[in-house]
Amino acid sequence: MSTIQTGGPSVTSDARTLHGGGALDMPEPDHRLDRIAEHPTFKTLVHERTRFGWILTGLMLVVYFGFIGLIAFDKALLATKVGGTASLSFYMGMFVIVFAFVLTGIYVARANTRYDRLSADLIRSLAK
Amino acid sequence: MIRLVSLLGAGLGLGPVSALAAGPDIGAVQQQATNWPAIFMFLFFVLFTLGITYRAAKGSKSAADFYAAGGGISARTNALAIAGDYMSAASFLGISGLVYSSGFDGLIYSTGFLVGWPIVLFLIAERLRNLGKFTFADVASFRLDQTSIRIISATGTLVVVAFYLIAQMVGAGKLIQLLFGLPYLYAVVIVGALMIIYVAFGGMKATTWVQVIKACLLLGGATFMAGAVLYKYGFSPEKLFATAVQTHPKGDAIMAPGGLVSNPIDSLSLGVGLMFGTAGLPHILMRFFTVSDAQAARKSVFYATGLIGYFYILTFIIGFGGIALLMSDPSYFKLGTDGTTYDKIKDMIGGTNMVAVNLANAVGGPYFLGFISAVAFATILAVVAGLTLAGASAISHDLYAQVFARGRTTEQAEVNLSKASAVGIGIVAIYLGYVFENQNVAFMVGLAFSVAASCNFPVLAMSILWRGTTTWGALIGGLVGLVAAVVMVVLSDAVWVKTFGHPVALFPYANPALFSMPLAFLTIWAVSKIDRTRRGDRERAAFDAQFVRSETGIGASGAHAH
Repeated sequence: MSTIQTGGPSVTSDARTLHGGGALDMPEPDHRLDRIAEHPTFKTLVHERTRFGWILTGLMLVVYFGFIGLIAFDKALLATKVGGTASLSFYMGMFVIVFAFVLTGIYVARANTRYDRLSADLIRSLAK
Repeated sequence: MIRLVSLLGAGLGLGPVSALAAGPDIGAVQQQATNWPAIFMFLFFVLFTLGITYRAAKGSKSAADFYAAGGGISARTNALAIAGDYMSAASFLGISGLVYSSGFDGLIYSTGFLVGWPIVLFLIAERLRNLGKFTFADVASFRLDQTSIRIISATGTLVVVAFYLIAQMVGAGKLIQLLFGLPYLYAVVIVGALMIIYVAFGGMKATTWVQVIKACLLLGGATFMAGAVLYKYGFSPEKLFATAVQTHPKGDAIMAPGGLVSNPIDSLSLGVGLMFGTAGLPHILMRFFTVSDAQAARKSVFYATGLIGYFYILTFIIGFGGIALLMSDPSYFKLGTDGTTYDKIKDMIGGTNMVAVNLANAVGGPYFLGFISAVAFATILAVVAGLTLAGASAISHDLYAQVFARGRTTEQAEVNLSKASAVGIGIVAIYLGYVFENQNVAFMVGLAFSVAASCNFPVLAMSILWRGTTTWGALIGGLVGLVAAVVMVVLSDAVWVKTFGHPVALFPYANPALFSMPLAFLTIWAVSKIDRTRRGDRERAAFDAQFVRSETGIGASGAHAH
């Protein structure tokens, strides 16, 4: 990622975010910016990452609110014994915790390989 | 910190659990005999962290040092700090106490606190790091009008910080009375003074390291306790559960969801508030600016999710260990008039919030008890320091530098004002902690989470993710979310009936987030849609530049101050 930051002069100056005027005195969009926005690698990166992020978000919401929904509407099912003393609810609660962790792991693994490589490709081709 | 306990008290009207956070039976809190081992261990922690603050103060010169620790915190360290913000005394004492009194239900809260993190990672974390500098208002106002957006973001931040901090201060006073045997006022003044020192002198660097050290101590202590419990049952959770079910007065019912979430709408609303409140807490969002880049931000969420999940599993084991090991031992209970009988839940010495502390004594003796007490105190300090820093940053970086001085100020003046704000916030917090000693503050943390989910999060998410967002949309939507959350809580049972003494609550649910958050999103969308101003057009056009930077980090402020 450090390669990205050294990818050239800043698109917007740091001063603007620290003590700046915002959209009113925003600098004219430069051509470099258009080049990035239209770049096929940029488009692939953004498309893939955004889609993946929303899919994982959806999965997390379904699992968590599924769990909460069962607690709210079907307590009897959750009280079912699985094996010895522990009930289904106990395993489901543990599953939600582990699922959240695994999901973040999957995202980070993909981002570290696929998305970081696409970012690096983008920076390299912009430097040409 | 007292978040959980308060949420429980606020959200569900659970008497015993909210004792710590000034719930209904706050009168039960009695000053205990002075606990010297705990005080010595705590003094050691204070001296050590003051040493760190001294070193941090010497190295902190620029605004980037003060607000964001110079961007030089590693992903692992940041993960520990984030986890530390979560592993509060309330999570530790409150959840283990809740598991002790109602078994499985404690897990509902643990999962709610955890599942916000994946969402933050997938949608917010990297973009936040790429766009922002010190506060989340930097991000929200990136292409929108600085003045308006910073006013609404800073207001959201200060409301969250204020309610959170009052609940913390009151909870801290009560807890320290119990753990250390110190008078309430001493406790509040010590907490307030130390947090001022950490923040005003050490800035984000000291605040982060205090949190990291505490997180390590707490994780170590909790791991030892859970390990000792499992050891006694041959590392067989099944044996532990079987013993617990035999011992607990509710019997087998503790293994299934109980009456804690009887109302489906309320449980969904609680879930929404916990999940998205996490994504809008200003003191947590600030942590993303302390790492060098988006990659580090991403990794820190991954590690933090693992640490937090692990910690909540430990608290669950500790709660069950409390049932199995403490319930049949009369020495942990106030005995009835006949000297032998006691209520296994209501009569626990110090209330059910003391389960983890009493268990520390049972598995590790008085010195381990002292250690756990000291860690609980350290936990409060670390969390209030983070809150104070977030509040001080909103005042100096957002309100002063951008709104009043309109950018015409120097970095040094801004940092100085931030330090002064930290002192001011600390003094106000001590005063409010004192004033609210005997008030019901249990609803306040629930309110802080609801405001974070209904004002901060929608403004932030819409400005990053939706091209059509304009200043008018974000400003009015954020305001609507803020007001809706506050009004709904005021009209709910916790405030309208319990505090103001009206007979019936006008808002039927304890948690407003299910209603107030969608309302905020809808308002931002609708107002932005009908916004036909030229400024609105410019802001939509400016989305492209923001989009490129948020997705690639090109132009993002780097790890080091300039």
